[in-house]
Amino acid sequence: MSQAFTKAMARNIFYGGSAFFILLFLALTFQTHKAWPERDNRQNITASVSAGKVLWEENNCIGCHTLLGEGAYFAPELGNAFQRLGGKDGIKAFIMSRPKDGIPGRRSMPQFNFTEAELDAIADFLEYVSGIDTANWPPNIQG
Amino acid sequence: MQYKSQAVAKPYFIAAIGLFIGQILFGLILGLQYVVGDFMFPEIPFNVARMVHTNLLIVWLLFGFMGSAYYLVPEEAERELHSPGLAILMFWIFLVAGALTVLGYLLVPYSGLAQMTGNHLLPTMGREFLEQPTITKVGIVIVALAFLYNVGMTVLKGRKTVVSLVLLIGLLGLALLFLFAFYNPDNLAKDKYYWWWVVHLWVEGVWELILGAILAFVLIKTTGVDREVIEKWLYVIIAMALITGIVGTGHHFYWIGAPEYWQWWGSIFSALEPLPFFMMTVFAFNMVNRRRRNHPNKAAVLWALGTAVMAFLGAGVWGFMHTLSPVNYYTHGSQITAAHGHMAFYGAYVMIVLTMISYAMPILRGRQAANSNLSQVVEMWSFWLMTVSMVFITLFLTGAGILQVYMQRYSTDPLPFMVVQEKIALFYWMREVAGLVFLIGLITYVASFFVGGRQPEPKATAMPEPAAG
Ligand code: HEC
Ligand code: HEM
Ligand code: HEM
Ligand SMILES: [Fe+2]
Repeated sequence: MSQAFTKAMARNIFYGGSAFFILLFLALTFQTHKAWPERDNRQNITASVSAGKVLWEENNCIGCHTLLGEGAYFAPELGNAFQRLGGKDGIKAFIMSRPKDGIPGRRSMPQFNFTEAELDAIADFLEYVSGIDTANWPPNIQG
Repeated sequence: MQYKSQAVAKPYFIAAIGLFIGQILFGLILGLQYVVGDFMFPEIPFNVARMVHTNLLIVWLLFGFMGSAYYLVPEEAERELHSPGLAILMFWIFLVAGALTVLGYLLVPYSGLAQMTGNHLLPTMGREFLEQPTITKVGIVIVALAFLYNVGMTVLKGRKTVVSLVLLIGLLGLALLFLFAFYNPDNLAKDKYYWWWVVHLWVEGVWELILGAILAFVLIKTTGVDREVIEKWLYVIIAMALITGIVGTGHHFYWIGAPEYWQWWGSIFSALEPLPFFMMTVFAFNMVNRRRRNHPNKAAVLWALGTAVMAFLGAGVWGFMHTLSPVNYYTHGSQITAAHGHMAFYGAYVMIVLTMISYAMPILRGRQAANSNLSQVVEMWSFWLMTVSMVFITLFLTGAGILQVYMQRYSTDPLPFMVVQEKIALFYWMREVAGLVFLIGLITYVASFFVGGRQPEPKATAMPEPAAG
């Protein structure tokens, strides 16, 4: 690098540039907070949805599935499972019917032995997720 | 070794390598489960093996960063470490906490682990990469604080160089951003938004500072190029990293409920993120070309150059490939993501830790500057085996990803996920074979520590003429 460009100049670009872009990022985050209520489906976060999110987390569903495209790539996307499986009953029936020892040769999902209330909560959670405005992602029903 | 207390780095490096082996073994289990779906089911379901694979990766990289700092900071500060005892204590706490957590994943169903560790008191579990029980997360924060205190005091009381300052800022940022792991609202859009403040702002933010500082240190030591020149480069690289990488976080906000202007902010800024990685490559080759002497540790120089190239390929090229929002609309959460994740993590962070280990370990083991020729040759073999097999893992996953995206998302007649996965199984088989070669490379790497121990080190030679430029 040329001599005219000194280390002090480089340092100032680092501190000044970082500070500026941290502030810009915080401003955009602030703006995002204002835009969320229109998009994040918060009006549908019921007690059951919250309970469903806890079950989702405490059973590590994200370790096999993606949710809104984030997670693991081993099993189907679940952000739109509510639509793909034809509603809550479809989701509950699928989760309930997993064989304890898996399906020979096929990627398998565990049998979680959920109670009826727990199944409801998970399905409610997935219904709530399917209502988040994701700018039309995924491209089609297959997720 | 210039300072006695640098020796605390050694157990950190050994633990890092040990956990690395575990990570790769679980990677191979995962790879097999991709094609033999019921392999080890229900004893070790895919999600459990994946947690072990990714968490071991994070933990061993942290061991590697801490070991690097304990080695580097005394030498830069020109004084002994503030408290070697504290460093050793933290080593054991971190190792035991890490081991218990992994055993917990393997031996107890995850929901049981959540119960046992009181996840309901402060629910933080069950999110990708942040699966650790809350208590483990608290432990990580305590270890990080003690570590920062230790190296911070050393720097404060000693010589302050740009390298140690940048390293410290990076490590401080790492600890501060980790605090967002404790924020887990019911609102999924918010949860995901701030989850990226840990994950993205780590790998495409503060970790780049750590990467840059360690690379600069090793280049100063092995090339003998004037510190002023190297430090100027370092500042420019990390400036570019943060200028592009902070707002670049937006490339994760396209489809998770955040407003759509992020498609512009994210695409534009993240498209510039390859720049700092490109500069790192230019920097490393430039410095080695201008070297004042031929350092006897050729393996360390190879790792340093390899890091610069592979980080640019994995993060820069493979990152750019899917970062523009119209592309990401189709590739989001597909095997393309997995391909990029592997090469970027390997090329940038695995390789920089191995660079530092390669440079420091011979000295920590009582040699002047380098291992014997034999040991270096074996180590360089392992470099090529691991690096080339990682390139192939990435290429196979990219192939799988392109087909997946086409069949499942792009074609006029989209097929279900599970149907597509069966159609592309051949690519997963090839990935698994490449993974086995990676394991052979890793075994070779470990072997390099045990061969040629009695043989003399090669001598340093001066460059005949200081190269121009
Ligand atoms: C060990 C991996 C694994 C875990 C953990 C897992 N799943 Fe699955 N899941 C799968 C696989 C594999 C499939 C596809 C099964 C098939 O098609 O035979 C699947 C399918 C589904 C489906 C049907 C999707 C569709 O479109 O057909 C739903 C709904 C589902 N899982 C919900 C969950 C929930 C909720 C959890 C957490 C409580 C969970 N899964 C945890 C592996 C897993
Ligand atoms: C140093 C080498 C490696 C690194 C740094 C690494 C890193 C990672 C990371 C970061 C993830 C999360 C992926 C993501 O979310 O995109 C992951 C997942 C995975 N890794 Fe590795 N890995 C390595 C080696 C291997 C090897 C050798 C194999 C097997 C042959 C392997 C198989 C897998 C599989 C199957 C997944 C799960 C992908 C999914 O979610 O579907 N990894 N690895
Ligand atoms: C060393 C630096 C980097 C590392 C270690 C890294 C690692 C990763 C990992 C592991 C993921 C998957 C996260 C998940 O599980 O959801 C990811 C996603 C992503 N990365 Fe990187 N990355 C790096 C740099 C970059 C750069 C420089 C770019 C852009 C130029 C980039 C673009 C992306 C994009 C767009 C995604 C989202 C993929 C999706 O939509 O599924 N990354 N990265
Ligand atoms: Fe990112």
